[in-house]
Amino acid sequence: MSATALSYRKTFSLILKRDLTIAFRHKDEMLNPLLFFIIVVTLFPLGIGPETNTLAKIAPGIIWVSSLLATLLSLDRLFKADHNDGSLEQMLISPQPLFIFTLAKICAHWLLTGLPLILVAPLLAVLLHLPEQSYQALFLTLLFGTPVLSFIGAIGAALTVGIKKGGVLLSLIVLPLYIPVLIFATSAIDTASMSLPYGGQLAIIAALFFGTLTLAPFAVGAALKVSTN
Amino acid sequence: MWKWLHPYANPEVSYHFTDKIKPWFGWATFLLLSIGFVWALLFAPADYQQGESFRIFYIHVPSAILSAGIYAGMATAALCSLVWQFKLADASVSALAPIGAIFTAIALVTGAAWGKPMWGTWWVWDARLTSELILLFLYLGVIALNNAFDDKQMAGKAAGILALVGVINLPIIKYSVEWWNTLHQGATVSKLGAPAMAAEMYWPFLFCFLGFIGLVGYVTCIRFQTEVISRNKMRPWVRALVCDNNQPEEAK
Repeated sequence: MSATALSYRKTFSLILKRDLTIAFRHKDEMLNPLLFFIIVVTLFPLGIGPETNTLAKIAPGIIWVSSLLATLLSLDRLFKADHNDGSLEQMLISPQPLFIFTLAKICAHWLLTGLPLILVAPLLAVLLHLPEQSYQALFLTLLFGTPVLSFIGAIGAALTVGIKKGGVLLSLIVLPLYIPVLIFATSAIDTASMSLPYGGQLAIIAALFFGTLTLAPFAVGAALKVSTN
Repeated sequence: MWKWLHPYANPEVSYHFTDKIKPWFGWATFLLLSIGFVWALLFAPADYQQGESFRIFYIHVPSAILSAGIYAGMATAALCSLVWQFKLADASVSALAPIGAIFTAIALVTGAAWGKPMWGTWWVWDARLTSELILLFLYLGVIALNNAFDDKQMAGKAAGILALVGVINLPIIKYSVEWWNTLHQGATVSKLGAPAMAAEMYWPFLFCFLGFIGLVGYVTCIRFQTEVISRNKMRPWVRALVCDNNQPEEAK
């Protein structure tokens, strides 16, 4: 009956379910980053020209940069609504440890933005004439890389949640921190396109994933405490 | 140690202590930099390969080292503020960020000016250049976040968290770009004891480097004092300070 009777797992699943329910009631908000991703990717062939070889060469970069930007666009609403209606404060003062909440919220964010990106990416890869042997690398780097984007981005979102017009500031803060993921992911896909083993790059992305998985929820918690004050 | 440090948690004590050490930094900087620059720019031998343009080294390398060093100092202050809740550590984070950004910019600009005659190009997407550029972005992020809050205390804390996240990322960024692409030469002066350069080139460098450190200390003192005053402007001691400074002028 007391609030402490909630186990960590229960708290996690409650928050996750809550966030997913809220998101499914505003479907267009969920779809917008995805549409943005698709449109940005289509802009590149229009700007650069339709030569197959050029496109195939820059496809990993385009897909990854676009997914960085799409993730960035969706970060703003990660804590904003909860901050506005006061539920964020309730989470902060509840007896459950803060990292459970933040972990659940970030996981929900990834399910709503990262996962759709992974599902759409192969289609865009076909449009950009990505070599066939790179598909697996593209999938795996996105699978491990997009959660990293959500985790690091959540830190920035938590820091800027109290600021009125935090959108541009958020990108200024978060984009430099995204660089390692971008470098290793595109290098893995490039290596794969030459039919070479890309396990090393993938291992580093996975290491980044587990590092941020364990550390970022705490940083997000500290940041939320500062910005809700 | 805590007992010894304890009085400096008071802004007023810290302010006056900073006031005391500031002239030492100022004079040390003045002496070291004037000796160092004259020696380095006029008397040190020119490099047998790079000629006179090698002298940019005396500004480029100290500022490049310090750009990373200031970040380390800023992150240490941020950690202290986060763990032990020192309010003044926040003030030093806010004080250090723009200084670090300026030194990073100096390193980049002098590097570009040196790269033009040596490599034939202002900019290459090389590991060191890129990671220095990213360091600049990190500094600018910290500054922007620091300015975005109306409340200075909150701003300092938020900027501190960002600085700490950045410091975890910095080695990752550094190695990622290093494996990605590299052209910049390796370190020549970091090997203590046996520097990979001649003594008559090394000594002026040492003067310049120490002078730059003193300069950072001096500017940090000034900025720290400003931060302390602006955070405590409603306190009686700050008012008394301002009144004391204004009195002689009013007397005229």
